[in-house]
Amino acid sequence: MRRRQTAPRTGGLLRRLPEAWRRPLAIAGGVVAIAWILIALAAPVLAPHDPLAQELPRLAPPGPGHWFGTDQLGRDILSRVLYGARVSIPLTLLLVALSVLIGGLLGACAGYFGKWVDETIMRLADLVFAFPTIILAMVVAAALGASLGNAVLAVLVVAWPAYARVTRGLVLGIREREFVVSGRLLGFSAWRSLRVDVLPNVTGPVMVLATLDIGTALLLLSGLSFLGLGAKPPSPEWGAMVASGVEVFDSWWVATFPGLAILTVVLAFNFLGDTLRDALDPRTARAIKERAI
Amino acid sequence: MSPTSAPSKDREGGAAPDSRKAVRGRAARRHPFARFLVRRIITALLLALGITLVTFILTNLVPGDPAAANLGQRAIGDPAIVAQWRADHGLDKPLPQQYLVHLSGVLHGDLGQSQQSHRPVADDLAEFVPATLELAGAAILISLILGVGFGVVAALRRDRLPDHILRVTSLFGISVPTFWLALVAFYVFFYRLQITPGSGRIDPGMTPPPHVTGLYTVDSALAGQWDVFASAAGHLVTPALVLALYTIGLLTRFTRSAVLEVLGQDYVRAARAKGLPGRVILFRYVLRPALVPVITVAGLAFGSLLSGTVLVEAIFAWPGVGQYAYKSATSLDLPAVMGVGLVVGVVYLVINLIVDVLYGVIDPRVRLS
Repeated sequence: MRRRQTAPRTGGLLRRLPEAWRRPLAIAGGVVAIAWILIALAAPVLAPHDPLAQELPRLAPPGPGHWFGTDQLGRDILSRVLYGARVSIPLTLLLVALSVLIGGLLGACAGYFGKWVDETIMRLADLVFAFPTIILAMVVAAALGASLGNAVLAVLVVAWPAYARVTRGLVLGIREREFVVSGRLLGFSAWRSLRVDVLPNVTGPVMVLATLDIGTALLLLSGLSFLGLGAKPPSPEWGAMVASGVEVFDSWWVATFPGLAILTVVLAFNFLGDTLRDALDPRTARAIKERAI
Repeated sequence: MSPTSAPSKDREGGAAPDSRKAVRGRAARRHPFARFLVRRIITALLLALGITLVTFILTNLVPGDPAAANLGQRAIGDPAIVAQWRADHGLDKPLPQQYLVHLSGVLHGDLGQSQQSHRPVADDLAEFVPATLELAGAAILISLILGVGFGVVAALRRDRLPDHILRVTSLFGISVPTFWLALVAFYVFFYRLQITPGSGRIDPGMTPPPHVTGLYTVDSALAGQWDVFASAAGHLVTPALVLALYTIGLLTRFTRSAVLEVLGQDYVRAARAKGLPGRVILFRYVLRPALVPVITVAGLAFGSLLSGTVLVEAIFAWPGVGQYAYKSATSLDLPAVMGVGLVVGVVYLVINLIVDVLYGVIDPRVRLS
């Protein structure tokens, strides 16, 4: 607390971050997140078995040779969990990136152009917000047909409005600022003004939201797969693996390890996002400052 | 909807409208709450219309011919029968007209027929809604009590051990996959330790209480069947706790920051300087303003509870809308999935409307702005 008081009250993102990153939660989150990304990259080297090969004894409990046990088809669960990182993590990151891109652009247009553009986009966003997330994602995924690609599309439909709202709010605050107005008076096109003057100024907060959202996106995606609306067997997707564990209930290891994989990834990104938000949220910063006086 | 769309804009010119505007302005000032209420209800109705449009469009997105799905093999070979079937179901009309037919069906309680149960989706849903309401109601109650309590403790003990523990716990709560936690809880507490009752709403062999509300705990208490009540409440605890974990985490975090913000206000410092006892400051000066926004979050959290029921009910064999949705989704029974989407969307909308109105009742600034 004392240390935080000495930190500059305002200033660039970078000057504030190092202080925040020294907190135990951020370090734990960072280490686990990086570890999972490395696992995703190195899965073929790390995995002791082929994730799809049905060559081991069926439903063998965890033990030497197969540390996480085997599933009902005789596949090594450890290898499947490791390979699962190659399915879930890149897809989740892609999903969040696409949501930021689509939601951010639509929100920026809504905030910048106002009038009917704003009305149309934000009413669409309201409509999405009117549904509980997984219900709408489920409805979309069911309509499109069960596949991992369609599940990503379904989560995208649910996820973009949050970015649109935040970006719109930020753009509304910036669009009347002098440097934007003077740019327009100099004859710059709306697109240039948006791209050069406005968007770079809203990326920070939107990125925080994105980090916070990675965990939620993974939960949604694996939830859809659990419902049978995402990954198709034999893909080693974590949600689908948990679902297959429901069928062999007393072999606890079948569902436990993929579930733990989801939990650790989501927790890691939530630790990171939480730290980021605390470091950048002026409300929390103000509360901390006032309490410290 | 934005406040600018309020009906105060007068499009007619001249002096008369000006005076009318003044009168209306005065009326609005006199009945600000009525105006606020009407605006909220109109917004909700428009959104409900939007929900029907979304489900209609999604149903039409599906590749494949509904006639082929509903008619038998032999009938599909006869173009006359197919044409007749399409005409009967309004499918030969242009899309906007089809939407109107769909909308009038929805307004008359016709949500289509489930391909799985071969019953009207509306009948299926009516049967399953009370079970889900009981589960979600218990979960939101648990979340409010624990979430707000934990949030207040975390804020008061900021940066000390309880705060750190609660912070990690609440982050855990929002990070754990609900469907997995349900499975683990069921396995550990029922299958291994045998300290909780198994799946379903009451013990097998027990007769459900006479139907009044459809909520077994309430109905059994009304009928004075305390053994049934104990069984129903026992069956409710684990799934409700699993379902509540996410919202507990959410409410803890939100309450903590809301309380912290109020604690930094000048009037709280003044109250403290005046020598008021800590309990009075907490309950009278801090909690009242801090908990007002928590209501909104609780309303939004209800949405995640409704989402969670889909994943939790499947594991606990809880005969509610969630399990119905799960079964329909896995068998791609589209009318049933759309029915669930529509009903849950509207329930969520109504709950948020109530929350909005409640917020307006409690905080006059909201309805006056």
